[in-house]
Amino acid sequence: MHINRRKFIHLSSLATSTLMLPKFLKAFEGTSSLDGGNKVLVVLQLSGGNDGLNTVIPIRNEIYYRERPVLSIAKEKTLSLNEEAGLHPSLTNLKTLYDEGELAILNNVGYPNPDRSHFRSMDIWQTASNSDEYLNSGWLGRYLDAQCSGCSKPTQVLEMDDMLSLALSGEQMKGIALRDPKRLYETSQDPFFKDVLQTRKNEQPEDSASYLYKIMSETVSGADYIFQQSKLRPTTTVYPNSEIGKNLKTIASLISSDINTRVYYVSLGSFDTHVGQQAKQEKLFSDLNDAIKPFIDDLKANHRFEDVLMMSFSEFGRRVSENASGGTDHGTANNMFLISGGLKMKGVLNDMPDLSNLREGDLIQQMDFKRVYATLLNKWLHADDYKILGRQYEYLNFI
Amino acid sequence: MNLNQQKNQHLWWRAGFGPPADQVNELSKQKPEALFHSILKASEKKPVLFDLADPDLKELVMENLPLAPGKMPGLKPEEKQMIRKQSVQDISKLNIRWLQEMTVSPAQLLEKMSLFWHGHFASKTVNIIYDQALLNVIRSNALGNFKDLLFNVSKTASMIQFLNNNQNKKGHPNENFARELMELFTIGRGHYTETDVKESARAFTGWGTNLQGDFNFRPRQHDDGIKTFFGKTGNLTGEDILGILLEQKQTAIFITRKIYKFFVNEMVDEEVVSKLAARFYDSGYDIRGLMISIFNSSWFYDQKNIGTQIKSPVVWMVGMRRQLPLEMQNPADQLILERLLGQVLFSPPNVAGWPGGKHWIDSSSLMLRMQVPRIISQSDSILSKPKDDDDLMMGMHDHVFFNNPKKINNPGVQLFQTKILWNDYIKNFNDITDPEIYTAIHDLLLQKTFPMKENDMIKYIDESDRERRIESITIRLMGTPEYQLC
Repeated sequence: MHINRRKFIHLSSLATSTLMLPKFLKAFEGTSSLDGGNKVLVVLQLSGGNDGLNTVIPIRNEIYYRERPVLSIAKEKTLSLNEEAGLHPSLTNLKTLYDEGELAILNNVGYPNPDRSHFRSMDIWQTASNSDEYLNSGWLGRYLDAQCSGCSKPTQVLEMDDMLSLALSGEQMKGIALRDPKRLYETSQDPFFKDVLQTRKNEQPEDSASYLYKIMSETVSGADYIFQQSKLRPTTTVYPNSEIGKNLKTIASLISSDINTRVYYVSLGSFDTHVGQQAKQEKLFSDLNDAIKPFIDDLKANHRFEDVLMMSFSEFGRRVSENASGGTDHGTANNMFLISGGLKMKGVLNDMPDLSNLREGDLIQQMDFKRVYATLLNKWLHADDYKILGRQYEYLNFI
Repeated sequence: MNLNQQKNQHLWWRAGFGPPADQVNELSKQKPEALFHSILKASEKKPVLFDLADPDLKELVMENLPLAPGKMPGLKPEEKQMIRKQSVQDISKLNIRWLQEMTVSPAQLLEKMSLFWHGHFASKTVNIIYDQALLNVIRSNALGNFKDLLFNVSKTASMIQFLNNNQNKKGHPNENFARELMELFTIGRGHYTETDVKESARAFTGWGTNLQGDFNFRPRQHDDGIKTFFGKTGNLTGEDILGILLEQKQTAIFITRKIYKFFVNEMVDEEVVSKLAARFYDSGYDIRGLMISIFNSSWFYDQKNIGTQIKSPVVWMVGMRRQLPLEMQNPADQLILERLLGQVLFSPPNVAGWPGGKHWIDSSSLMLRMQVPRIISQSDSILSKPKDDDDLMMGMHDHVFFNNPKKINNPGVQLFQTKILWNDYIKNFNDITDPEIYTAIHDLLLQKTFPMKENDMIKYIDESDRERRIESITIRLMGTPEYQLC
């Protein structure tokens, strides 16, 4: 938990020198971004529990149509993927990606003893814990710990939000959350903050105050770095004015810059559709669909789509049977999208959910989500997945 | 810095929520022992219990007396929805009400201790009747006996529902409560086995609750077979299990260490803790006695314990209100800060409570904390938008923005229509000469020295007159990293 003293002095002296010696720091960045190649992961969190059964629809499954007299989506309306599966009608751009071999789907992903509380289940997904353990750091935060040990600013993982998710909070390092590079820059470049940082001597004992100064220094230099990078090659592509549109636009601009960011985290929601699900899910999917098109176009135009992988997840899926309010209640296992120009396996990667074998009306997970994390950490980000996840999981072969 | 003043402020911050504006002049004079005595005395009165549940909701719940546990089967879907919706609003009211109590109550130790237990016995049910009853149990026993507290909490509807004990039945045990009871509430990880979990879960079968939140033992669901737990064999009941856990000295050590970390220092002095724990155990778990031992000790005032704790968002916010009297036009603004900073009362991250310490601080939360004093003083807007809480929203409107839908799409609106009552604050400095003002404010607000010298601060201080000067120094110093510490 505690930062080694020598490392910390090294850290804080580097951080302070950012303000005075930007050129020196520039050189340093070059070296830190070398390891692990240039692959980028974009995590798309569908908050609130997206209804997976109405996302990748089991079009030949009678149980699905029987249990959902109101909400089921007729086979003809879905976007056909294969004999078994159709995509939600609003996800036309994902269908195109599918047809071009740039979208893979994993079904029945979850974890044993699933929890149906949003917060708890999200915690489990974000910390990569088992359902009976409580971790205080996130899987991408621990990735950051490994990547940014001794570096001056934790820009390897960035979240598009005003608040940092637990997923990006490590044992030693914490990622940076921002909605807009310019706004973060303006807030953090308060001359008072800079003066405060300059005054603080480096040779301080390792205590709570040092920790606060470390975070402050990382924020000020990180915000400056992110803002400068965001101006290098800003995209001119038109994105929808939705929140997800703006966030993907920011990410696209940063990806095409020289920034050392390896993981971007972005959320969309709320998918908590207890009531009136059809309209709500449709709206959210349309927003996603409209935003993802220019994003992929940008990546392709910059020849980066082979290096970028987007992974979607939700804290749980929903109950197989619909409820009486035109909605669905909290469920368990769910599907995940994997989108990239660099996939080795395409299409629907495993069996569709088995609706005849349920536990308390919910799907039984067939694949631990931590296997997906391990695969991405190891094969995509070239990180030590065992160290980050604390256990060895069997890799998948989609990359 | 006046050492006596620093000690008194240390006491105020740790045994309470910081020094109040109306007692600033006492800080350098009063003896810490005398101050602790007065805080303790104020905290020994029986607290006024909260009752914020909507009358219609209570009526609806009471009418359904003979209901089966937990599930609310006699209620129509609209009624369940209404309970849920009304609960979310009432829990917000309860939250604001408790913050108010923390701010103004002289029973500072009682409220601080209750905040500790609120994180220790962490539960989230989104049911106002359950959540409020648990808080009332906590506030009634916060400084009492840990045995009473543990027994009473274990029988609250909030805990029984949150840890699934309504589903814990003979032949189909649900181990959630038994496991967390040991891992988090009593002896801690590493001091029990999986067999202990299984056996004690059987002992708690039949412990349930009804819709009204009363404890309800269901003999037909109780497994009255022979169980073995920590070397004792017999037809053990849930009460027996709690009793056996309290017989373990490790329970006293576990609780004492956690209290030490919360009230004294995250870095534990094991020697001190083991002495305190032994005394706590021998006293039969007298919490009040334990707290007296801590706050009357000399080591409590060691420099290594002063100004080293990162304030939790609630301590930070309430502490600011105590030092800088405010008139809030919309007290629900506080809930937005709770959310943005990661500590929403009645909504702990999980049953382990808030991890605290360094976990409170990341770049977003630190930047926000450092800006809020200025935002409040200028009635400015806050640009950050909190994340959704789907457990509370239930796919509906965000409750914090409930009465002002305009705020949902436009987070840049003025949220803090708050008036600082500067006169009440400034009068504390009436006897201080101009050259001494900066130091006086610094020493009042900060428990850790801010490294910038007054001369370097001049460009950030409004020197137009004495009042403006006091105001601007105060706001600046509250926006420093050091102000996050106590």
